[in-house]
Amino acid sequence: MSTPQRVLIDDIETNRVPILAFRNLGKRFVKPLDLAARIAAHLGAGYREEVVHAVDNVSLSIHEGEVVGLVGESGCGKSTLGRMLAGILAPSAGEILYRDKAVSRMNPAERREWALDVQMIFQDPYASLNPRLRVREIVGEAPRYHGMVKPRELNSYVAEVLRRVGLDPGYLRRYPHQFSGGQRQRIGIARALAVKPRFLVCDEAVAALDVSIQAQVLNLFMHLREELALTYLFISHDLGVVEHLSDRVVIMYLGRIVEIAATETLFEHPNHPYTRALLVEVPRIDARRRRFAALQGEIPSPLHPPSGCHFHPRCPHAMPHCRESAPPLREIAPGHWSACFLNDEPGNPHV
Amino acid sequence: MSEPLLVVEELQTHFHTRQGTARAVDGVSFQVDQGQILGLVGESGSGKSVTGFSILGLVDPPGRVVGGEVRFHGENLLALPPERMRKLRGSRIAMIFQDPMMTLNPVLRIDTQMMEAVLAHDAVSRRAARARCREALARVGIPAPEERLKAYPHQFSGGMRQRVAIAIAFLHKPDLIIADEPTTALDVTIQAQILAEAQDLCRDSGTAMIWITHDLAVVAGLADRLCVMYAGRVVESGDIDAVLDHPRHPYTRGLIDSVPSRNRRGQTLAQIPGMAPSLLNLPSGCAFRPRCPQRTERCKQAPALDELRPGHRVRCFHPLRIDTPVESPA
Repeated sequence: MSTPQRVLIDDIETNRVPILAFRNLGKRFVKPLDLAARIAAHLGAGYREEVVHAVDNVSLSIHEGEVVGLVGESGCGKSTLGRMLAGILAPSAGEILYRDKAVSRMNPAERREWALDVQMIFQDPYASLNPRLRVREIVGEAPRYHGMVKPRELNSYVAEVLRRVGLDPGYLRRYPHQFSGGQRQRIGIARALAVKPRFLVCDEAVAALDVSIQAQVLNLFMHLREELALTYLFISHDLGVVEHLSDRVVIMYLGRIVEIAATETLFEHPNHPYTRALLVEVPRIDARRRRFAALQGEIPSPLHPPSGCHFHPRCPHAMPHCRESAPPLREIAPGHWSACFLNDEPGNPHV
Repeated sequence: MSEPLLVVEELQTHFHTRQGTARAVDGVSFQVDQGQILGLVGESGSGKSVTGFSILGLVDPPGRVVGGEVRFHGENLLALPPERMRKLRGSRIAMIFQDPMMTLNPVLRIDTQMMEAVLAHDAVSRRAARARCREALARVGIPAPEERLKAYPHQFSGGMRQRVAIAIAFLHKPDLIIADEPTTALDVTIQAQILAEAQDLCRDSGTAMIWITHDLAVVAGLADRLCVMYAGRVVESGDIDAVLDHPRHPYTRGLIDSVPSRNRRGQTLAQIPGMAPSLLNLPSGCAFRPRCPQRTERCKQAPALDELRPGHRVRCFHPLRIDTPVESPA
């Protein structure tokens, strides 16, 4: 197999315009004080608004045709990031660029193009489909509304999309509850494909599926990528799935990107201590009767993240200044970025 | 040879519904030796959880255990009076659920619940009971156990809650623990911590465990033996290495091949066509027949679970040859 990964990395070096990029993107969620707390705060009690920095100053460029895997544990902000890119959440800081055009400076026509071109596929195939709509409406609603098909041709259009995701077009008039989990996920994919997107944000799109069904849906994703030349941001906590599918992998921890690398590099030469810990702990089918050696500590609450490098309380190599300032994301090898002060230390074996 | 710790023989648990009888567990047999970890693997609806519940006598109507034997220390649990069963449950056999909130009462403090569990089976002073609870929490890696005893379940994170549930399960150093997907809802690093705790505790106290999961990779690292279930039946069982390296049943093989793995990156995954059948409408004969690449006319009869090699049993008329490599050629 000629490696498509290589080609993509070369593309990045030739400075092509990325299909989607974000610069210093951030999202804060603020829980406002209720009336009683506001009065108490006014009287001098120590009430403050609770602020969560779900995504904190992240930047990345994604190139056409690339599959980027986004990995992290619960609360690391990976879903929030995906939702901002798909236009479901508005960023509270930074900028999203679609084909080099900042979303905030787009005119309505450009904005519509961005909104249609970037589609999202959700984790839960039970919660993300309206149970009272037939498949025809679920898949056909958006293209009809946006005038992409004539009303007369809607049925055949939807049937065509269903065929593309491996569903029987005869199911057009069925309701979501008449399908299995794997089939529902295909409906969700069909809904996204119906508006002819260029970029898919898949948020844990196979996490809820059984192993044998998961393989079917993963194969469908890879097949669609080739057939339609799609670009993916594949969000998952499952490193095995991400490794299988992605060209590049981004690791997040508590709202920040800690490492970016080509898939092969990341799995063979992980740099950040968090990435290394994650890789060690992934159960693998070929690792029998192993000793699970646990990374100590809990994932801290995003409400009160640790100072400096967010990972320092759990890091086996933490140094005093990790507590004080956050390490910047630095390029340690071509295309390999990591946010760790260890890389500045002389004689670090992992550089 | 002495009898194994637990012997499950031809266990049958059926759910009688208006649409018909669902044979959730249909003649399941396996055994667990002392201190052994058995992985019970299957997809949703394969009957793996119901098997666990049946052993403990926790099947709720419309489900009912209708046949078979569960011998624990040689005693048939299914014939035991409820009072005796309750004495065993929690002291000699314990269960860990996927959702720790099934174990924990949300309106009671941790100490209340844990001490209740101690005092239910042992006549000790409250003070001694409390000390034991504190020790148990410390053993599963909960920091500041004395303070945490006074907390309510909602004040714990998901991983911490699962540790409390595990601490409760190990309170009486049971002979057998049935763990039903206890790490499925947890993050990777937390899952590894829980697996490490469970491993340590089993080794230190000689406890045997049945680890029920859909995740082959988790049991690969943990279990000594493996039982693969499909549509209410065991289709393959044996030593973990034998089953994972040389699967003989086409379903086991299909499961292993559909896990994304290192050396096949970017290639099409082998997939099992179709989906698991409804238990209300099972195909006759071998239930895997409609999805099986090797099916023949003969598969319309039900195959038996045959011992092909010592300890390696397969329910298939056409078992795969042992030299069939697991990795598809690259």
